[in-house]
Amino acid sequence: MEAIWFGLAAMMVTIYVVMDGFDFGAGGLHLTVARQDSERRQVLAAIGPFWDGNEVWLLAGGGVLFMAFPKVLASGLSGFYLAIFLFLWVLILRGLAIELRSHVADSMWRAFWDGAFTVASILAPVLLGAALGNVLRGVPVGEDGWFALPLFDSLSPSSGLGVLDWYTVLCGVLALAAVLHHGALFLAWKTDGPVRSRSRAAASRILPALAALWVATTMATTRLAPEVFRGLAARPLAWLATGLFLAGLATSYAARRAGRDLLAFLGSAAFLLGLLAATAAAVYPTWLRSTLDPVWSLTAANAAAARTSLVTGLYWWPLGFVLALAYFTVLFRLHRGKVRASEMPEGH
Amino acid sequence: MSDPLFWHRLQFGFTIIYHYLFPQLTMGLALLIVVLKLIALRTGREAFNNAARFWIRIFGLNFAFGVVTGIPMEFQFGTNWARFSEYAGGVVGQTLAMEGIFAFFLESTFLALLIWGERRLGPRGHLAAAVALLLGSWLSGYFIIATNAFMQHPVGYRIAADGMLQIADLSQFVFNPWAVVQYLHNQSASVVTAAFVMVAVGAFWTLRRTHSEVARVSLRTGLFAGLVASILVAFPTGHEHGRMVATRQPVTLAAMEGHFESGSHAPLAVIGQPNVPERRLDNPIRLPAVLSWIAYGDFSASVRGLDAFPESEWPDNIELLYYAFHIMVGLGTIFIALMGLGTLQLARGRLERSRWLLWLLTFAFPFPYIATTAGWMTAELGRQPWLVYGLFRTAEGASPLVHSGTALFTALGFAGLYFVMGILFLALVAQEVAHGPRTPEHGSHA
Ligand code: HDD
Ligand code: HEM
Ligand code: HEM
Repeated sequence: MEAIWFGLAAMMVTIYVVMDGFDFGAGGLHLTVARQDSERRQVLAAIGPFWDGNEVWLLAGGGVLFMAFPKVLASGLSGFYLAIFLFLWVLILRGLAIELRSHVADSMWRAFWDGAFTVASILAPVLLGAALGNVLRGVPVGEDGWFALPLFDSLSPSSGLGVLDWYTVLCGVLALAAVLHHGALFLAWKTDGPVRSRSRAAASRILPALAALWVATTMATTRLAPEVFRGLAARPLAWLATGLFLAGLATSYAARRAGRDLLAFLGSAAFLLGLLAATAAAVYPTWLRSTLDPVWSLTAANAAAARTSLVTGLYWWPLGFVLALAYFTVLFRLHRGKVRASEMPEGH
Repeated sequence: MSDPLFWHRLQFGFTIIYHYLFPQLTMGLALLIVVLKLIALRTGREAFNNAARFWIRIFGLNFAFGVVTGIPMEFQFGTNWARFSEYAGGVVGQTLAMEGIFAFFLESTFLALLIWGERRLGPRGHLAAAVALLLGSWLSGYFIIATNAFMQHPVGYRIAADGMLQIADLSQFVFNPWAVVQYLHNQSASVVTAAFVMVAVGAFWTLRRTHSEVARVSLRTGLFAGLVASILVAFPTGHEHGRMVATRQPVTLAAMEGHFESGSHAPLAVIGQPNVPERRLDNPIRLPAVLSWIAYGDFSASVRGLDAFPESEWPDNIELLYYAFHIMVGLGTIFIALMGLGTLQLARGRLERSRWLLWLLTFAFPFPYIATTAGWMTAELGRQPWLVYGLFRTAEGASPLVHSGTALFTALGFAGLYFVMGILFLALVAQEVAHGPRTPEHGSHA
């Protein structure tokens, strides 16, 4: 039962990254790929109908964690206190930027929000990646299951731990590269004209950096958290996920070269999905690994809610999930096709 | 002050009060937009469609602020109330997770269609999007209120071997009688807020003699809905809510009323200042025996006062609780009168000439916000010293390792951010109101 909910919670978070990832990426590239006002409106129109729904995957994932592993939610969120609020403030700024930009037809107003949108869209994935880095590196969970981390301390992942050190920042930069690539392919698929061609060019420039960062992060992880790879080797599911992300990366490259925008985007989605699924399979059953003493780690077994709560959740969760998929299908169908530069209304 | 608990409470209270300024308008307006669109579809009158388009723009703006202020709420259970989350997550995690998956997805999907999709969907499809949004936002309200109701009146749970709460009966928990009453009262109050806002804009345009058609539609719809909802807020929902508090949280009722001494024929204090050190109400104006009647339907019933409970069970801020409750009820009474008067003048065809009344209606819109905030403060302060009533004290709920300075820092961060956001919100709404409804060619896009 705990294993099912571990899988479901990990799946929700993964879907969140794949979905919000494309609008983070589009935001990060906003100033680069869209130069004039009409182009910027084209980028915003491409993600406009989706971004809020994408963010709900985070909330729904958090809800699952709360319900099934309350101790993990409590210990993790309070332990990363300042980093969490930093992330929340970035999300607030970003949401406002998307929604408010078009309300005033003034160039300084719009320039301000374009800037805020870009900065927030870059910071958010860096923080998310750093969070994953913390999970892989481990945190100083004490005997009573609590910990507290400062934002940064010695900047080294092996002594004086903080949320940010060179390893977790490396994970953050990897996450940034991955979502920028993902967002570029999304924009290539959903737009036309100059925005599309600049997005394609951006994707081709980011890909080598992404590959290099992935190699560097993997090497660092083998040194810092060898347990992760022991987990990986033992689980067939992890092999499948690894295959998926390699195939996804290759597809996104080949399809982009061939001009098949949708396939390239889906390849990138498969890449992110596979990477996170492989990570989840590798760390299972540990949620928060204690750097002080492995027996104090919070795991699917020792941090789960009582069994009746887990069983009860299974009564309603599948229905909600199917409904959510149905809404997204409706949304993508009604907004199918490209947002064309020629259709950007005058004014706003 | 060096106790982190104080800052956790301050930050949570401030951010939730701020958040709730937006959803109350969302939920009420969602209903009124559906009404406008239904009338437009039935009668084919374009003024109702134009009014709906204008209100959808306001709705979209308001919704965006509701979303960005709501997200931190979800996280603060873990960041600030970690011990509570650990203790109660096995139960309240259920409704919070349900809210995400059943309500927020529905809202966010159909908001996009309501705002961006009028042309794509056609009139019926667009109405369907409005209905879906109504459903989503009201569901969201239900799940969060069911969560809160569990904290007020825990049911459907069991205490597990490790001392944490677990769910025992899902339907008992979700259909908590407290949740049902609280929900009906709260939703009626949301409609009051939306109706006052709609009436204020209609009255403002009427005074300025612009946008007369949409102004008239907004005034009529708002006044009618406002009258019905204001009555529902007081009776039966407010009254039932009061009776529920009387039977299930008697010490809270005593504190809300500044009722220090037990006895039969308990009077209701209309005005007065609680003097807690002296254990009495200063300068009271009392209606004899009315409290006994309200609480138990019998003028001679005995109502326990604060003296019947040990001080460790008393809410810890009786003065604020008392004032909050009286402000809510006092405003509620005024709302019925104001909306009644407006409706009367409208029915007599005199509203557009009653300029003083239009002025009053224009500037009345902040008061429902004050009443709902006061209502929540009543509920939340009245629950003290418990976080989960009778089971778990607020003092035990905070995160163990977060320092008071850290919590103060984030509280200040929110204060600054939300201050700027408040200015932005008001300026943008003012701009929309000044601009007025858009022509159909402009559509209702952002
Ligand atoms: C427009 C807003 C508004 C108005 C005019 C009223 N209320 Fe209210 N009231 C609320 C808005 C509200 C609220 C914000 O919606 C609360 C807070 C929690 C809740 O569910 O509803 C609430 C809570 C609340 C409580 C619960 C306190 C607790 O849980 O300890 C009671 C007993 C009442 N109300 C009773 C009344 C009565 C008798 C009213 C008579 C006119 C009244 N309210 C008017
Ligand atoms: C919009 C409506 C709400 C308002 C205005 C509100 C207001 C407040 C206030 C003022 C406090 C601080 C109380 C104090 O310091 O004594 C508080 C505390 C709290 N509220 Fe609410 N609340 C609302 C809804 C909710 C809901 C829906 C929940 C649960 C789902 C909730 C959970 C809590 C918790 C956990 C605390 C902290 C513990 C405590 O001080 O009791 N609140 N709220
Ligand atoms: C601690 C309590 C609360 C939490 C954790 C919370 C959480 C949230 C979140 C995360 C959102 C954004 C959803 C999205 O992205 O689409 C939101 C919006 C919303 N919330 Fe809250 N909320 C709380 C209190 C309340 C209360 C008391 C009500 C009403 C009774 C309410 C009703 C709504 C509604 C209707 C929305 C839709 C968006 C809007 O109105 O702007 N919430 N809330």
